[in-house]
Amino acid sequence: MKVVCTLRVNGEPHEIAIPPHWTLLEALRYELGLTGSKQGCDKGDCGACTVIVDGRPELSCLTLALGAEGRDVRTVEGLATPQGLHPLQDCFDLNGAAQCGFCTPGILMSAAALLEHNPSPTREEIKQALAGNLCRCTGYTKILDAVEQAAARLREARP
Amino acid sequence: MLRLPRFQYHAPRSLTGALELASRHANEFMYIAGGTDLLPNMKHLLFEPPHLISLRGLRELDFIEVQGGGGIRIGALTTLTRIAESDLARRELPSLAQAAGLVAGPQIRNMGTLGGNVCLDTRCVYYNQTLFWRKALGYCLKKDGSQCHVVQSGKRCVAAHSADTVPALITLGAAVELQSPRGAREIRLEDFFSGDGVKNTVREADEIITAVRIPPQPRGRRANYTKVRIRNSIDFPILSIALAVDFREDGRTCDNVELVMTALGSKPRRIGNLHGVVEGRALTAEVIQAVAHQAHRQAHPLTNINVDPEWRREVAPVYVRRALERAVRAG
Repeated sequence: MKVVCTLRVNGEPHEIAIPPHWTLLEALRYELGLTGSKQGCDKGDCGACTVIVDGRPELSCLTLALGAEGRDVRTVEGLATPQGLHPLQDCFDLNGAAQCGFCTPGILMSAAALLEHNPSPTREEIKQALAGNLCRCTGYTKILDAVEQAAARLREARP
Repeated sequence: MLRLPRFQYHAPRSLTGALELASRHANEFMYIAGGTDLLPNMKHLLFEPPHLISLRGLRELDFIEVQGGGGIRIGALTTLTRIAESDLARRELPSLAQAAGLVAGPQIRNMGTLGGNVCLDTRCVYYNQTLFWRKALGYCLKKDGSQCHVVQSGKRCVAAHSADTVPALITLGAAVELQSPRGAREIRLEDFFSGDGVKNTVREADEIITAVRIPPQPRGRRANYTKVRIRNSIDFPILSIALAVDFREDGRTCDNVELVMTALGSKPRRIGNLHGVVEGRALTAEVIQAVAHQAHRQAHPLTNINVDPEWRREVAPVYVRRALERAVRAG
């Protein structure tokens, strides 16, 4: 039996009908059509499903959709604006920080949450912030470079 | 893709509301807080409760407070991130803050709660698997089967206790406060674990951990936490060591050492026979070696974790020695 679930995703309220046992990830991907958040291990190991909930990165595969009611959910689809890509996305592109791209949305969200709390992270702090996201292609170096470059750009943009 | 089994979801707004729901759905429900341990296990069909009662709405259980006598009380719904980042915890309870900051990865620490970590289900290479995998092996003692694959003739489940905050809390003398529809009780954390991996705590199904209470700490105490794991993030421990050393006023002479190790069997192990080794002595290389020797004698890792138990046993005294050296240097 389906129940009504009210979610706030990327600033917009959504009212959807879902079975109570659906995860937030399933609601995002299969009800709201937001397939940016990836279904990787589906059990909390890989970080590919990372979204920002109330300002902190969390795993949408281990969050019940009904448990996300009343909370502010942001996904990779909410990063870019009509004016263009988020600096993180642009810098991932410039640095070749995405190869197959499967882990990228989760890493972007972990990095975005980091830069909102800490505009000038050290390389070590970036590593710690991304420690819950696995990438099997890049070896991480270019990802760390991209986050550093994006942090510098965001600092320049803020007077 | 791993789907959750079906259930009905309840989101009470208060402790009273949660306990009422627990009475109404007696024997047919489980509590869920952060969900980071329960939901993967449910996806593996290790638990299929018809009802889930969420504790997330119980904001009254999210706090870190100093008590009148100088002890500290932490609400069970406090996230591991909040404990790891808390100035109070880092200053007064450094081993607990370190342990909370080493659980899994950042996202899981943002979701996982102290109460959830204390109640973490035991883990085993033959248990934390999909139904397909477990069925192919003929199941195991902990779930649906009668045979233990770790200890072949074993009658008791030896799945590994793997919660990081617990050994630290035991060395600090912590107690848990429990509430159920039948009333409240408090139990020392050291007595909270049963030693049978199938149900390794004495918590009844309808009891909610409401808070963890840490008594005032001795003045000269230095505590730290060591977690050994394959990767320095995400993974559960393959061995973990919580240490608290009490120094006298001179900052050198040792009164007592509390040492608790876990990720061995289904309950944390307090290393005994240390008092006579350390009391009234400075922690010289020989004394440290004697403590490490006791840890080696009393640690018995099993094949419940996919890392060579003999190696885990041999590194135990090495990490104990390093932890003691850190405590000496911290003076």
